[in-house]
Amino acid sequence: MANEFVKKKSGEVKKASIKKLIVIALVYVGVIVLVNSGILGYQYRNLLVSVSVNIIMAVSLNLVTGFLGELSLGHAGFMAIGAYTGSLITLHLELPMWLEIIAGLAGAGVMAAIFGLIIGIPVLRLHGDYLAIVTLAFGQIIASILNYAKSITGGASGLSNIPEYTTSKHYILVITLVILSVVIISNIMKSRYGRAITAVRDNYIAAEATGVSIRNYKIFAFVVGAFFAGIAGFIFAHNVGIIKPNKFDFNMSINILVIVVLGGMGSIRGSIIAAIILTVLPEMLRDIQDYRMLMYAVLLIAAMLFNNSKLRKHLVDDGALKKLFTRKKKEA
Amino acid sequence: MNGFIEQFLNGLIPGSIYALIALGYTMVYGIAKMINFAHGDIIMVGAYILLLGLNAAGVPTWLAILLSIVGCGILGVVIEKVAYKPLRNAPSLAVLITAIGVSYFLQNLFLVIFSSQGKSVPKFIHVSDFTVGGVTVSGNMIVILVVTIIVMIALTYFINKTKLGSALRAVSEDKGAASLMGINANRMISMTFAIGSALAGVAGILWVSMYDKAYPTLGAIPGIKAFVAAVIGGIGSVPGAMIGGIALGIVESFTKAYISGELVDAFVFGLLIIVLIFKPTGILGRKRIEKV
Repeated sequence: MANEFVKKKSGEVKKASIKKLIVIALVYVGVIVLVNSGILGYQYRNLLVSVSVNIIMAVSLNLVTGFLGELSLGHAGFMAIGAYTGSLITLHLELPMWLEIIAGLAGAGVMAAIFGLIIGIPVLRLHGDYLAIVTLAFGQIIASILNYAKSITGGASGLSNIPEYTTSKHYILVITLVILSVVIISNIMKSRYGRAITAVRDNYIAAEATGVSIRNYKIFAFVVGAFFAGIAGFIFAHNVGIIKPNKFDFNMSINILVIVVLGGMGSIRGSIIAAIILTVLPEMLRDIQDYRMLMYAVLLIAAMLFNNSKLRKHLVDDGALKKLFTRKKKEA
Repeated sequence: MNGFIEQFLNGLIPGSIYALIALGYTMVYGIAKMINFAHGDIIMVGAYILLLGLNAAGVPTWLAILLSIVGCGILGVVIEKVAYKPLRNAPSLAVLITAIGVSYFLQNLFLVIFSSQGKSVPKFIHVSDFTVGGVTVSGNMIVILVVTIIVMIALTYFINKTKLGSALRAVSEDKGAASLMGINANRMISMTFAIGSALAGVAGILWVSMYDKAYPTLGAIPGIKAFVAAVIGGIGSVPGAMIGGIALGIVESFTKAYISGELVDAFVFGLLIIVLIFKPTGILGRKRIEKV
């Protein structure tokens, strides 16, 4: 049965992958045009890297929160591990730039993944709100240790003079990393592993009864999520040049979570769109400095209230909005 | 030995403030099954209301304190009505994000009004220090301890012995059944938010009496710590919140004194993880059996 299903699907899969390749090519062309044509000012070109970091963070958090269904409030902790590991590697190794970048990226990802594995241990016994609290605690502990281990991490003043390998000048590298991360994560989610992870989310008792190892898949999701957060940390560190423990605090984790939730849990496309909007929007609101975070908060509350309101149910789920648009088309 | 006792007291004081805040978290979680992330920021609002009251001419101190507590209670109810009530049947993550939104809103509202610079709060508790066996205890500490103990006894009495208290427990046990018995569940939830937020107001007043400065992010750290305390003690349990709060304060103070100031957070949150690994519902939390 499964084989027939695969055969039937394989045609569609081919079409889908061609479509994907086209989208990836378009992204490359689009970014190159935007950067080189001068449409983007200096400020927005710099924003490109922040957007990329947030996309990787959001998509990897989505793996844990959206697909596995476990709220993680410490994602910035993994990012910190990646940022510090990557920076220490590029600071201390004396190699050609490309080798340093590869070593740094690998180190950042692997170290963060190891920490993902460590957090996997308490995760086995907990879920829901309690698990969320443990991830929060984990993020705080990482920040606290980074502050303490002065001889390695520089304490509260952090690391500086980090080589600027992933600034907007190297945007091709950054975009490539973003696309690779997104493609790998979305492929994982479409694979057998991904289906098992969503099965754990939807009904873990049923999943366990059908032979899905909850333990392994939970840890798997955390490890993969942490790995990519580490990669994002590397990009972040090599863009700003200075990292401090307080950059990766609870607020950072929350900001990423907000992106995931507003973009839609379990939707990779949604995470990407929300990451772009929520990174660019505060920048555009810069003119009203003091009020921008206030507006951000109001938007957040309003979005959540709207998302769960009767109005939305009427407009989206019952198709009132769709009807509105189709009627307009007929008239035109 | 004196140093030891001093450190113990140094931990007991913030610990009892944590306990007061943790009570709010625990009560709200018990009845509304949500983590009210904005709870910490109510402490900050309480501190600012107190500051305004103390600075206004002709307002006696007791009135400023009362206004602050009542103001916080009202704020809690308003937040619940505006932001949380429409989401009562929504997924818990939606409620959590909304709570985070409310927290950001309060912080930034006060940032816009009062600027990020801290405002010093004039001293308003005048009790003289005294010394017992070589250990000096400040009057302020005594006031904080006494207030905390009174509040806790009153709250325990209220929840366990009064009619309203048992209605409250009934709603937290089973909202549907409680409603069928003629309990107005909505009113109970509002009341919980009012009490919890008023306690946060008390905590805010005690906090600025110790650290005499009010600033917009004042509530964030004690909020998170108190939340951890509530979880360590067993969320939903009132005595658990007290134990958790005080334990947390003492661990904090001993780590600071004997190990390292920078590792305080690592120890506090490490304690949380250890407690949760061995007792996943906290020290006094009740076990929930999951059914298919």
